[in-house]
Amino acid sequence: MSMIHSTATQLLQELQASRLSSVEITSAYLDQIERHDPRVGAFLRFDRDAALQQARAIDERRAKGQPLGKLAGLPVAVKDLLTSTGELTTCASKILANFRSPYDSTVVAKLKAADAVLIGRTNMDEFAMGGSTENSAFQKTHNPWDLTRTPGGSSGGAAACVAASMTPLSIGTDTGGSIRQPAAMCGVTGLKPTYGRVSRFGLVAFASSLDQAGPLAWTADDAALLLEVIAGHDPRDATSVDAPVPAYSQSVRQPLAGLSLGLVREHFAAGLEPDVEQAVREAVKVYESLGATVKEISLPHSKYGVAVYYLVAPCEASSNLARYDGVHYGHRTDEAAMHAELNAKRKQLVAAGKHAEADKLESPLVELYRRSRAEGFGPEVKRRIMLGTYALSAGYYDAYYLKALKVRRLIRDDFDRAFQEVDFVIGPVSTSPAFKLGDKVDDPLAMYLMDIYTVSANLAGIAGISIPCGFSRGLPIGLQLQAKPFDEERLLRAAAMYQTATDWHTKRPTMGK
Amino acid sequence: MSNYDIIIGLEVHVQLQTATKLFCGCSTQFGAEPNTQTCPVCTGMPGTLPVMNRKAFDLAVRTALALNCQIAPFTKWDRKQYYYPDLPKGYQISQFDLPFSHDGWLEISDPKGKIEPKRLRIQRVHLEEDAGKSMHDEVAGSADSRIDLNRTGTPLLEIVTQPDMRSPAEAKAFLTELKLLLTYLGVSDCNMQEGSLRVDGNINLHVHTDAGKIATPIVEVKNMNSFRSVERALTYEAERLWDVWQESKQKLGDVPKQTRGWDDQANITRGQRHKEESSDYRYFPDPDLVPVTVSSERVAEVQSGLGELPAALRTRLETSYGITPYDSDVIVNQGRAAADYYLAVADGVADGKLASNWFQQDVLRTLNDRSLTIEQFGVPATALVALLKKIKGGELDNARGRQVFAAMLDQGLSADAAMQALGFEQVDESELVALCQEIVAANPKIVADVKGGNAKAAGSFVGMAKKKNKNVNPARVQEICLQLIAQM
Ligand SMILES: [Zn+2]
Repeated sequence: MSMIHSTATQLLQELQASRLSSVEITSAYLDQIERHDPRVGAFLRFDRDAALQQARAIDERRAKGQPLGKLAGLPVAVKDLLTSTGELTTCASKILANFRSPYDSTVVAKLKAADAVLIGRTNMDEFAMGGSTENSAFQKTHNPWDLTRTPGGSSGGAAACVAASMTPLSIGTDTGGSIRQPAAMCGVTGLKPTYGRVSRFGLVAFASSLDQAGPLAWTADDAALLLEVIAGHDPRDATSVDAPVPAYSQSVRQPLAGLSLGLVREHFAAGLEPDVEQAVREAVKVYESLGATVKEISLPHSKYGVAVYYLVAPCEASSNLARYDGVHYGHRTDEAAMHAELNAKRKQLVAAGKHAEADKLESPLVELYRRSRAEGFGPEVKRRIMLGTYALSAGYYDAYYLKALKVRRLIRDDFDRAFQEVDFVIGPVSTSPAFKLGDKVDDPLAMYLMDIYTVSANLAGIAGISIPCGFSRGLPIGLQLQAKPFDEERLLRAAAMYQTATDWHTKRPTMGK
Repeated sequence: MSNYDIIIGLEVHVQLQTATKLFCGCSTQFGAEPNTQTCPVCTGMPGTLPVMNRKAFDLAVRTALALNCQIAPFTKWDRKQYYYPDLPKGYQISQFDLPFSHDGWLEISDPKGKIEPKRLRIQRVHLEEDAGKSMHDEVAGSADSRIDLNRTGTPLLEIVTQPDMRSPAEAKAFLTELKLLLTYLGVSDCNMQEGSLRVDGNINLHVHTDAGKIATPIVEVKNMNSFRSVERALTYEAERLWDVWQESKQKLGDVPKQTRGWDDQANITRGQRHKEESSDYRYFPDPDLVPVTVSSERVAEVQSGLGELPAALRTRLETSYGITPYDSDVIVNQGRAAADYYLAVADGVADGKLASNWFQQDVLRTLNDRSLTIEQFGVPATALVALLKKIKGGELDNARGRQVFAAMLDQGLSADAAMQALGFEQVDESELVALCQEIVAANPKIVADVKGGNAKAAGSFVGMAKKKNKNVNPARVQEICLQLIAQM
């Protein structure tokens, strides 16, 4: 097997045995990026020299017998939403196109401490808002299985770069399915941890009560390895939970006995493509053959998940994105042009005797805010800011935001009840495999409805994983397992059991050339 | 009977004296170079998160308890959203519908009799982060503004009273008592110049008419930069509101609440531009912060650690030290350190009244004349105790005592050393009696006068005794002479 088609776990063994160097591994992946990324578009930025320099330093330290971190020498790609000192963190938005972070996010700091090679920054939907990565202000990302299709989103770059063997490990973020859905569409493994498992410090907020960073990789073993490094309590994130981090990578291969799975009645309704349903039902049979018991369960409030999500997330986003106003950092409108225009308009009105209208012109400050934000944000971000601003306005708050919070609680209660009956909830990740680029750009509602199987985990704060479970017309299909909070250890073992019995996760797209 | 009642409520913002800011580790020290006390968190950099400073919260609870407030067992943080360049996140972390404390009171009184003692209710006290400072550079002719974010994130306590004040003097008395309380607690230096205490007032009139009392529209008065200007601004505004009422007969609800700014130079309030859009702050719970729970045990613990507050100290001085309400008020109002000085002196000399007289007439006067604080005062309490014991014991009279005090103050001497320097010696009792015998014997005419009922005549013995020995205690001389005459 070629180097770039190995798993991270295999590569780590090679590194530790000094059969391969980090420079060799990193070079191989960099070659792959240079060869294929012009057509895939997974990376917003990568720097060959900087990556090789990190690799060389780690190789030297290994040669000297110095202690090394858990990921020593392994390339990891990072979604362009997590800050890294001195580096651009654009969130795929024009408004942050020139923003260099003065500090490391906790996830990046942990990766550095684990001696990972930070190979590049991946593309995404602007501020993680979207399900196709088409909302990036900078470029499209193409699905490595079919370049005419989207990789899913918002962590489309993070999933595509793993699928295209440009990196063994990748960090994404998941607010309503943004790790699991692109993982499914790109045929890789992606895990959304329990809310509070991974620090959000330095994860540029989209929806604070939903955002979680998590791993994308080929296998559950590799996801376990990466999660083990980034998880843990962080005193700088008040919502991170002080619970011990199990050695996921050590236990991941231990099968679970007496596994019980819940198949959600509401998941198998109209809208689910037959191929996807077929693949999921086949996967259930695999688990049964491994000794699992399967029962049908109900999550009665899951049907409100998308509606609740599209209130809670935009409300929080409208507030979180208020800081991008052109004053302190990021994009600012051309002030000279603005002043010239305002003055000309005022003169014109005064000359025409329209003094009242002249008085109504906005102050330069308000105009600076308006223009900077109008120029800096893309349409989907603006749509959500408007939705959230509206829903939080006086007179609407109770009917929208407060009600959404109440239903959110009911959704969590549904899961609590379910997990008293079963270990994991099993089902599809998305209604269909990857769709064509441009297909849903003009239909935001259709795009939102794609999140139907994933948003509930974020609303309930529980863990979820997407693993490859088949193909439909050459396009990967994902299987979702959801676990109760802080049950990642068993969730990863359940995923690994499936991957031991199947080989869907070993399939690689043919990249051509 | 007057034509109207004045109704006043106050909103007071107080910066809490913490080492670090409310949601990050930056220093809160005043006066540093602009933007040097900042970090990614308080400058609102993408991806940063606030983490509550437990110490600031504890200080806030301490203050609220001292204001007799109820402490909420569960409280949360909300985002107050508006755009301004000195607010880098586009929202201020504050408390909206569940403040950490509510329903307290503070008692005001004035032994000088200007206002009646009164308990003023406090509606709520909540904690929030301060914004930065904008400096508008209009002098240079450019439209540039400069922003200093050093203050951003400093813990700020907002104290909202009920509209319980009935005169500007009461408003001033409330602020004075509040400031005293806060300094006793050590939670704030209450420096209005440095902005660590800021006051807005809400005022309207209840006009007496044949049809009963009618409330006029409420006006919010801002930009009051001292307690004195609070009193003046509210006095001005009450008169203005009366004029407006007579002209317009506008009632509460007829017009939106108006905001006016006090101009300290011109002695008037001016209307500030009404901004309709500023009213909707779109408050919602901050998802970055977890709610705070406060157990009743914790409340009891803080309560028991409050120490003696001004009101209790005043009562103790009156009952245990035998001084008048007026005197206790003067002493307590000097602040905790000065009151402690008084207590040390009074305890040491075991005479509250004597200590009170000397504290007010000599110590306080010196502090005022020389613009000193009690901490800078050169005579330690123990030294003053030694002096007052000599006065109380008859070794010194008040006049010589003051001379000794002056020497102690200026030369940093102990009472004994000062007396020595001044050549004051205690005269031995037997020596004193002998001296008195001598002058009584030498002055039969005066003795006869005294015997004839003119006790005052004995006063002339004092001068004679002093000529013979300047260190004699005049009162004692008179006493002994009278005794000798009585025995004759
Ligand atoms: Zn700071």
